[in-house]
Amino acid sequence: MPFIPHTESDVKDMLAAIGASDIETLFDEIPDKLRMGKLTGVPDGMNEQEVTRLMMERAEQDGRPLCFMGAGAYDHHIPAAVWEITTRGEFYSAYTPYQAEASQGTLQLIYEFQTMMTGLTGLDVSNASLYDGASGLAEAVLMAVRGNRKSKSGRILVPTTVHPEYRKTTHTIVKNQDIELVELPYCPEGGNTLVDSLAEYEGQDIAALVIQHPNFFGILEDVDVLTDWAHAQGALVIAIANPTSMALLKPPGRWGEKGADIACGEGQPLGVPMMAGGPYFGYMCCKQALVRQMPGRIVGRTIDRDEREGFTLTLQAREQHIRRSKATSNICTNQGLLVTAATIYMSLLGAEGLRRVAQACHENTRKLVSALTANDCVEPVFNRPYFHETPLRLSVPVEGVARSLHAHNILPGYLMAQAYPELGDALLVCATETRTDADIETYASHLNRTIDAQTKAGCPVKPKMA
Amino acid sequence: MSNIPVELKYSKSHEWVRHNDDGSVTVGISDSAQDQLGDMVFIEVPEVGQTVTAEEACAVVESVKAASDVYAPVSGEVVEVNESLVDSPEAVNQDAYGAGWLFRVQPSEAAELDALMDGDAYSAFLEDDAH
Repeated sequence: MPFIPHTESDVKDMLAAIGASDIETLFDEIPDKLRMGKLTGVPDGMNEQEVTRLMMERAEQDGRPLCFMGAGAYDHHIPAAVWEITTRGEFYSAYTPYQAEASQGTLQLIYEFQTMMTGLTGLDVSNASLYDGASGLAEAVLMAVRGNRKSKSGRILVPTTVHPEYRKTTHTIVKNQDIELVELPYCPEGGNTLVDSLAEYEGQDIAALVIQHPNFFGILEDVDVLTDWAHAQGALVIAIANPTSMALLKPPGRWGEKGADIACGEGQPLGVPMMAGGPYFGYMCCKQALVRQMPGRIVGRTIDRDEREGFTLTLQAREQHIRRSKATSNICTNQGLLVTAATIYMSLLGAEGLRRVAQACHENTRKLVSALTANDCVEPVFNRPYFHETPLRLSVPVEGVARSLHAHNILPGYLMAQAYPELGDALLVCATETRTDADIETYASHLNRTIDAQTKAGCPVKPKMA
Repeated sequence: MSNIPVELKYSKSHEWVRHNDDGSVTVGISDSAQDQLGDMVFIEVPEVGQTVTAEEACAVVESVKAASDVYAPVSGEVVEVNESLVDSPEAVNQDAYGAGWLFRVQPSEAAELDALMDGDAYSAFLEDDAH
């Protein structure tokens, strides 16, 4: 059978056979008010030459700014071999292949990815990846509600220290599924979630507690205490963790007495370049007991009838092509290409290399904070330890400063007021291993000059936070 | 021809029900159902203490072919579940009416039991289904 769309004469023949004059008449039965009508606002198509030119012009607009912005996506060094290997013909596909078992190399690569992710998170099983970190959290919430059979409430505690876009995405995906997302306040001094803020939920029916660590502010949470509190209430623990950070910090599988039950997050730091709008990839791992509630594809290692080792898609009975409307999710794919890059990235760095990247990020961010807060108009918002980003408060309007730094080709950080208006003129700053001392000096000197220009008389000297 | 013990009751969704002396009923899936589904790989039983409603899904049997819901044949409270199926789901294939039982319910609506089929009716039902 040729996989070619119907030609005009095919269509004509089919319409003639059923006695219809044109395709529109087939839809006559649908009332007008239910029809979308013509698409408006969609311009005419462009040819390849026009698209190439447009895209090059757009790319030039990005420039090559010095990046001190994190907030969920991070500017890490990607060894040249990562994408050289990833884009080889044998790997160059966006999906888990159809006839998956015919592509043993791809399956083996996904299996290695899963093995590495379970190693990083300290959990038992991993899936083959999800679309991104934000939808990964939504899937983890749905999974926790299915998996926590003691809980009937569908109630999930979500600290406001969780990435604001993850919270929005999760709300959009779960809002019509009898799931209640309850937001928890953060400590104004520490920028972390206080166990005290959980007291009012003590003894209540809660399906899960979400803990992002390091949290959106870059601050470390009291993961052991929070995890044990949740388990004492019969709630599951959903961890959101930056994969780079797990090379240094205690992995979710070892939080508290029993460990987090599900871990998810954004895989972009593992070899995926920063891109506007993605594609990125989400990862998800869990304890063995929850594996049948885990969405997405899972590759397993097995033996064939001649006892030769082979790889296969496993536990497919959970998936929509078999379980139809009762499937654990509608995800029957993965971010294959990005997972390929991540697997090669992790292989090239190794556990020690990833640890050194994490260490360098932390050291550079400390240097950055100390260089920027040398200015009396800049101070840290929170007093708790951070990993590789933290918010700094300016005593001058932050928008003007940011605009001026943009003009000097510096991305100064994420403006906190977008999602946290109460934090006022604060910037979430990040320095990965790619930032040098000279880069940090460039940022600091431009910042100082910009602030001087804005305050003219200089900044009123005031006591700094301890 | 599948095995259909006459002393049991059956639902249209292929569960069997056995009356126990203490008034509770034991529930499993019929030999015909296990045969259709193929080799079991995982059984998810309800929680003890859970309230189930007749004709609503309360367990899952997963075979190499599919994961299928098991429906409660009667309403009531789950008083015991077959924990051994976690480690040996194949008991459902090997002994659907014995070691492969799924859970035990204390029925709250006695009338619902009367609505179930006896062995002969279930045989006829399977015959019809086959045609």
